[in-house]
Amino acid sequence: MKHLSTRTIATGLGVALIATAAFADSHAKLNPAVEARHHQMQMIGYHIGILGGMAKGEMEFDAEMASGAAQNLNALAGMSKAALWVEGTAQGEVEGSRAKDEIWLDTEGFDERFEALASASSALVGVADLEALRAGMGDLGGTCKACHEKYRGPKNE
Amino acid sequence: MKTLFRLLILGAVIGIGVFWFVTRPAPLDPDFAAGQSGDAEAGKMVFTAAGCASCHAAPEAEDKLVLAGGYAFASDFGTFYAPNISPGAAGIGGWTLPEFARAVTQGVSPDGQHYYPAFPYNAYQHLTDGDMADLYAYMQTLPASEEASKPHEVAFPFNIRRLLGGWKTLFMTDSYVLTDVPTPELERGRYLVEALAHCGECHTPRDGLGGLQRDLWLSGAPNPSGKGTIPNITPGGLDWSESDLVYYFESGFTPDYDSVGGSMAAVVENLAKLPESDRQAIAAYLKAVPAVP
Repeated sequence: MKHLSTRTIATGLGVALIATAAFADSHAKLNPAVEARHHQMQMIGYHIGILGGMAKGEMEFDAEMASGAAQNLNALAGMSKAALWVEGTAQGEVEGSRAKDEIWLDTEGFDERFEALASASSALVGVADLEALRAGMGDLGGTCKACHEKYRGPKNE
Repeated sequence: MKTLFRLLILGAVIGIGVFWFVTRPAPLDPDFAAGQSGDAEAGKMVFTAAGCASCHAAPEAEDKLVLAGGYAFASDFGTFYAPNISPGAAGIGGWTLPEFARAVTQGVSPDGQHYYPAFPYNAYQHLTDGDMADLYAYMQTLPASEEASKPHEVAFPFNIRRLLGGWKTLFMTDSYVLTDVPTPELERGRYLVEALAHCGECHTPRDGLGGLQRDLWLSGAPNPSGKGTIPNITPGGLDWSESDLVYYFESGFTPDYDSVGGSMAAVVENLAKLPESDRQAIAAYLKAVPAVP
């Protein structure tokens, strides 16, 4: 009886251990560099959203807020890539990544796309009216599109 | 014994005959659009909506109107390369309008060879004669490139072009997917989505032989190049409003300010050049297609 119960407990523990491992695996954390990049993109999207909302007329134009959003975009575009775009974190190499191999094969081209975002956003720092915002928004959107066209893969399912 | 042998021969002859019949390329219609003179300016809009340059411009080319070809399409059957379709000797220079129309709508070259369905003739078959004549006129105005078309890298048996006639018999249907289009806007949307912009070619899943699964129309598909998926854009997969869709087509921004990317970036670039009413029509169409979860 004692023998059996020890075995039962051992089996139970084993099952629990496997279940825990499986649970942990299904909630596996993203590669930290990938996760950090997603946050950077989320921040970019947030600020573009403010400018876009004003341009579309869904939000009232607020010069201070627009300028602030542009300033933050500029800062986000200027982040060093060394610690973020770590080799070995392309789509297909790590979970959740949509970064295309071209990022590492064509670093110069990739840098240029971020520089384009930096200059399109700095052009909107101090933006005075809605008309200027709308004009600048087109350029800004173009930089997102140009980079994502070449360096971002399709959604992972 | 002799009778059996004769029967076998007869069977083989009939078999070959049926194969030959089923796989024959569409004949040329020498009177196609006879008497119509194409309008190059109007053809430019057809060209833009059909996204010709997105695939036929050389990759990385500065001038997207030099249709030198070279873009690679990975697939389960091999790698296809977009050919040169500029109006020079290496491209479509010297083609007559009927030859051009047969190529685009039937997928048959001037010398009677089947094209691979990487070229979306399955969608373009719906093009009106007028649009075809306009497109032809516009393409004659583009710069010529002498770049030779790159041969496809397709293994046996898919390298037997005659077999593509069987593919067409199996999968090429001249009916539209959305049959109920009660308004002119929906009809225009259907023409844009199902014919010109050939959205279904990427957004609809294919079966093992590369035929589109029309009952799963626009419900998304694995990316043929292997990484990631192409999204479901039926109301079952996309809950954007019509104005969200129109804004996306013109600006490339999703409702939450993510931006368009990948192959879709070139599509949005084209859609942004169309009249606003066309973007509205596409949005209306996407709201009308059956929802696939």
